Amino acid sequence: MHKVYHRIEQIAGNVIVVSAEGISYGELAQVTSDMGVSLAQVIRLEGGRVYLQVFAGGRGISTDSQVRFLGRTMQVSFSENLMGRVFTGSGVPRDRGPVLSENMIEIGGPSVNPAKRIIPRNMVRTGIPMIDVFNTLVESQKLPVFSVAGEPYNELLARIALQAEVDVIILGGMGLKHDDYLYFRDYLEENGALSRSVLFVHTASDPTVECLLVPDIALAVAEQFALKDKRVLVLLTDMTNFADAMKEVAITMEQIPSNRGYPGDLYSQLAARYEKAVDFEGAGSITILAVTTMPGDDVTHPVPDNTGYITEGQFYLKNGRIEPFGSLSRLKQQVNGKTRADHRTIMDTMIQLYASYKETLEKQSMGFRMSGWDSKLLKYGERFEKEMMALSVNIPLEGALDLGWQILADCFEPQETGISSKLVNEFWKK
Amino acid sequence: MNLGKIVGVNGNLLTVEFEKPVIQNETGFALLGDVRLKSEVIRIRGCHAELQVFESTTGLKVGDQVEFTGELLSVELGPGLLTQVFDGLQNPLPALAEACGFFLQRGKYLQALPRNKKWTFTPSVKAGDSVLAGDAVGSVPEGIFDHRIMVPFRIAGRLTVKEVAPAGEYTVEDVVAKVADDKGREHEVRLMQLWPVKVPIKCYAERLRPTEPLITKVRIVDTFFPVARGGTYCIPGPFGAGKTVLQQITSRHADVDVVIIAACGERAGEVVETLREFPELTDPRTGKSLMERTLIICNTSSMPVAAREASVYTAVTIAEYYRQMGLSVLLLADSTSRWAQALREMSGRLEEIPGEEAFPAYLESVIAAFYERGGVVRLHDGSTGSVTIGGTVSPAGGNFEEPVTQGTLKVVGAFHGLSRARSDARRYPAIDPLDSWSKYPSVVDADDLKLARRFLREGSEVNQMMKVIGEEGTSIEDFIVYLKGEYLDAVYLQQNAFSEVDAATPAERQQYVFSALAKILRTKLKFENKEAARGFFQKLTQATRDWNNTAFESDEFKKQQERINAQLAEVTDYA
Repeated sequence: MHKVYHRIEQIAGNVIVVSAEGISYGELAQVTSDMGVSLAQVIRLEGGRVYLQVFAGGRGISTDSQVRFLGRTMQVSFSENLMGRVFTGSGVPRDRGPVLSENMIEIGGPSVNPAKRIIPRNMVRTGIPMIDVFNTLVESQKLPVFSVAGEPYNELLARIALQAEVDVIILGGMGLKHDDYLYFRDYLEENGALSRSVLFVHTASDPTVECLLVPDIALAVAEQFALKDKRVLVLLTDMTNFADAMKEVAITMEQIPSNRGYPGDLYSQLAARYEKAVDFEGAGSITILAVTTMPGDDVTHPVPDNTGYITEGQFYLKNGRIEPFGSLSRLKQQVNGKTRADHRTIMDTMIQLYASYKETLEKQSMGFRMSGWDSKLLKYGERFEKEMMALSVNIPLEGALDLGWQILADCFEPQETGISSKLVNEFWKK
Repeated sequence: MNLGKIVGVNGNLLTVEFEKPVIQNETGFALLGDVRLKSEVIRIRGCHAELQVFESTTGLKVGDQVEFTGELLSVELGPGLLTQVFDGLQNPLPALAEACGFFLQRGKYLQALPRNKKWTFTPSVKAGDSVLAGDAVGSVPEGIFDHRIMVPFRIAGRLTVKEVAPAGEYTVEDVVAKVADDKGREHEVRLMQLWPVKVPIKCYAERLRPTEPLITKVRIVDTFFPVARGGTYCIPGPFGAGKTVLQQITSRHADVDVVIIAACGERAGEVVETLREFPELTDPRTGKSLMERTLIICNTSSMPVAAREASVYTAVTIAEYYRQMGLSVLLLADSTSRWAQALREMSGRLEEIPGEEAFPAYLESVIAAFYERGGVVRLHDGSTGSVTIGGTVSPAGGNFEEPVTQGTLKVVGAFHGLSRARSDARRYPAIDPLDSWSKYPSVVDADDLKLARRFLREGSEVNQMMKVIGEEGTSIEDFIVYLKGEYLDAVYLQQNAFSEVDAATPAERQQYVFSALAKILRTKLKFENKEAARGFFQKLTQATRDWNNTAFESDEFKKQQERINAQLAEVTDYA
């Protein structure tokens, strides 16, 4: 039987201090107050004083609330029974299902030995031309969607999750609006994907500390599935909320902030999560697709900035479209040489022409005269935006490539595109 | 044994109460049951020592024991280092994977050098010879090199060789010689020795000025912003500008004996690429696999932060060790910002008064001390060895006005600033030709270089002007300057990393091509109108790019040059 402590010496923000002996760093405790029962984790030991971060927050805790140490670290149950279930950030069921307690696994485990990783080699098909053709998503890639509030990023994530050929979908929701949580759940259910999904959801009204646990718990479960040869897609939305929760906790702990109030280890903390994306040698894989909202559309804000240094590219979602400029998949070269002979050419040519179209638009707005070439570009740009860039477009890669040739053929003569004559002979639509 | 007791745990920082004397920066092991967690003393206050642990501290309790070793954080130096992949504390990762599987298990430390492997030792001294620390007593073959077995660096003064083992097979722990100092004390020389990572190895006669160019085969570097053997340079740039790709290209083509890659706090995927691809690639200098001259220190972003701080020191110490053999070593550190952030995290835990952006106040001197470990030296036997250091910097928001970039710029000899504008325009390598600089000598003629710089600068000015007043308002003379600048950029500064020939341009070819281009820049040209001028330069650019893709001094190369000259002759103004 574990000893129960009754005297809380200090309560500041979400952190409480008790005097206790024989407590280990990172251990969990149960705090019982009039407000209910909450888990708490040891975040600092100082002589006999133990600092605990209370998951449900410090509100309502009295100086004589009960603290019972559990002698273990944060764990989550792992089995096939997780499928189709919804949990909170601390692993408590959010649906009406039973509490799971079999096969408990630790969360926030060690990192993968780089020698056991392999070079990613499989494309993830999404049916979205701006991804499949221009910035191909690759299995085991970690890729954020950079966006601003109000953009349909959650819809985009849900759609990719549904269409991607993966075995398991894990959603980690951080600071989600309750509507958005319901949207995800209903969307997956309506489309029959809930049975292969696990949802860990922290909504905006839940305690801040639980937000911090979401990525770890989601990724720990993902890792177990991947080790069982499953291809796992993890969706994390929104990582900016995760960073903000970290900021909040760090400031209450009186840590010295580094940049705009964020703690100095923001990079390491984000990296520890994103680096869980992996293609195991001889087992499954984890692909991470995250959302990072940029306050004020500012890509130099600490969260998107640090994220960009960690992830393998980014999708830049703006005005309801994935922008070709600013978006990048660093791993696309690994796969787009093996799809179809014209893939890279279509990718380069269409983007170069689209860039010229943008220049022409600028010229037009400044009142310069439009040449014949300019009118061709204008026609091309409009069709490209409507038929390729719009998020409503849903065609497989091959269809998208064919459509690309069709648009080119309708707007230009072959030699104007700079495509090599070999490919023109093979693919140009007459 | 010197034992201490934990009295506090805060993240990876332990406060430990001790009784017997403790040394600053000595290593200790926190005992968590059977698991021993490596740590380093970083501050001592009264009877409390503060230790940073190189692993996760989860599970440690107040009252747990800490074992002090009395040794500073050290690495093993000896034959068998090359081709290896280590973590920041010199644990061999492939062996660790065999022992522990997919994950890095904490508290698991393996010996860096294989103990059972036999090396063929050939002595080069005899009993009675006089030697100094760092002098060779013999050698063993290690891949493509003769690996010198040296008198331990830490023994001071003149030494006399007492005994030398005969030629034969030895393991790294076998004693192959004994030397005595002037007080008559005997010291053993093994194939392997230990050296503390944070102390520079100084067993050389003198340090020389770096003047000989180090050829990277990247044109914009060797011609415009050269690096010298034993020099230092930095590559700052925003994310996605191509820092890591540039380093990967350099690690493949650089004209050096040994390349040490320190992947410090960056993506694991990038290391995996090097890890899996290098053994397949051939080193044109030796005809053997590129891996034979390469060593990777890999402490990626999700591995423990304190070990990240140690990793750059581990890398530079091994670099200095190979320099002692008269070899030229290139150390590529990617990225030094992550290393600086590791310092910042530790400084925060120590509750030190922060400097700019919460980096510690001693950041600049730590950066300076690191880069100062580069250099070219004359060894006691007259041969020279060098350590060249190239570090990438990842400035927050791509803004170079931040402490790490600024601290680095003060101490390096060359600055290769990558620009977002150039990488967005797909002009790779995205080194900004106007902002970057180098203090080292170039491989090409100085007057030609001056001329080329002038065209780049003036061309860019004309381009700026044209954005305001339009093409119509620009004179044809200015327009030609602009086109010449753009032409030089397109055919010389930009280089196609995926093309077999264009990816690596040797020095002779750079000299030849650059002087040909300088001639073109000097040629006065005459055009009917701007359209004609633009059309001509588009054609010339295409022709010159084709030229770049032909093998040097082949028939095709010569023919293509004639074609370019013929094109040029048509529009030359002979007036």
